[in-house]
Amino acid sequence: MRVAVIRFPGSNCDQDALFSLRDDVGLEADYVWHAESSLSGFEAVFVPGGFSYGDYLRCGAMASRATIMAEVIRFANEGRPVIGACNGFQILCETGLLPGALMQNARQKFICQDVFLKVENQSSLWTRSVSQILRIPIAHGEGRYIADAETLARLQGEGRIAFRYVDADGNRTDASNVNGSMDAIAGVLNDAGNVLGLMPHPERASRASLGSTDGLQILEGFKALALA
Amino acid sequence: MATVRVFVTLKPSLLDSAGRTVADALQGLGFDEVQNARIGKVIELELSDVRPGRVEEMAKKLLANSVIENYRIEGAE
Repeated sequence: MRVAVIRFPGSNCDQDALFSLRDDVGLEADYVWHAESSLSGFEAVFVPGGFSYGDYLRCGAMASRATIMAEVIRFANEGRPVIGACNGFQILCETGLLPGALMQNARQKFICQDVFLKVENQSSLWTRSVSQILRIPIAHGEGRYIADAETLARLQGEGRIAFRYVDADGNRTDASNVNGSMDAIAGVLNDAGNVLGLMPHPERASRASLGSTDGLQILEGFKALALA
Repeated sequence: MATVRVFVTLKPSLLDSAGRTVADALQGLGFDEVQNARIGKVIELELSDVRPGRVEEMAKKLLANSVIENYRIEGAE
């Protein structure tokens, strides 16, 4: 079981992802450069955070058209597990693998802090052994999730809203929806359930010395899916 | 050579928080007729030749994200 951590010019959470997958989750993981065209030898993909291509045009827009992404799309469509965190989520939305888009935070500020997430669908393979409330850091300027009403209704109806921003008690409030996302959405699944995108950084909460191990639970879900 | 411009704007239904702030600032400077401001992008393309539908295709494939943006093309007729 080997995980590909995709690297673009401007990725900056690639090492965090690789180290947490290797050292905390116990998976084999290696970097794959954006100009590569094959994922041969890999069973799962992690699209890490950062500022790929300097966020030119739109966050994730250039990266989503990089050579390796055609292969990631093919790989995802075969049903293999793909996770995108932060810029990785933006990239997956730009490819069309996930619905919606991520826009500038409602209050126009970069936000770097821990947030509480509520696991909305505990039956997905990603989240079935995850605590109901997680504390995981975010660090983004463009994380406000946007989709049209029809898409939001479909996501809700199909159990594809993976995480919502809540307060420590699990309640949705204006203050807990830190970036102003529609329906307080922090993470979504594709229709087949094998692709997860989320703005929070599970790889930054994968061991006690990082302040939380709640992100590890999500990465363990990723592992379970990859081994399934 | 031809220059074609693609104007990309946020869909009217979406909050343009930067545009809102600019409108507030203009009002603060005494331009009290300003009701709103919307900020977009202009992408100027230098083309060797203008072929039917090509710029539209560029807008759809890369320049605009149809989830959040509209586009308008100028100079490709």
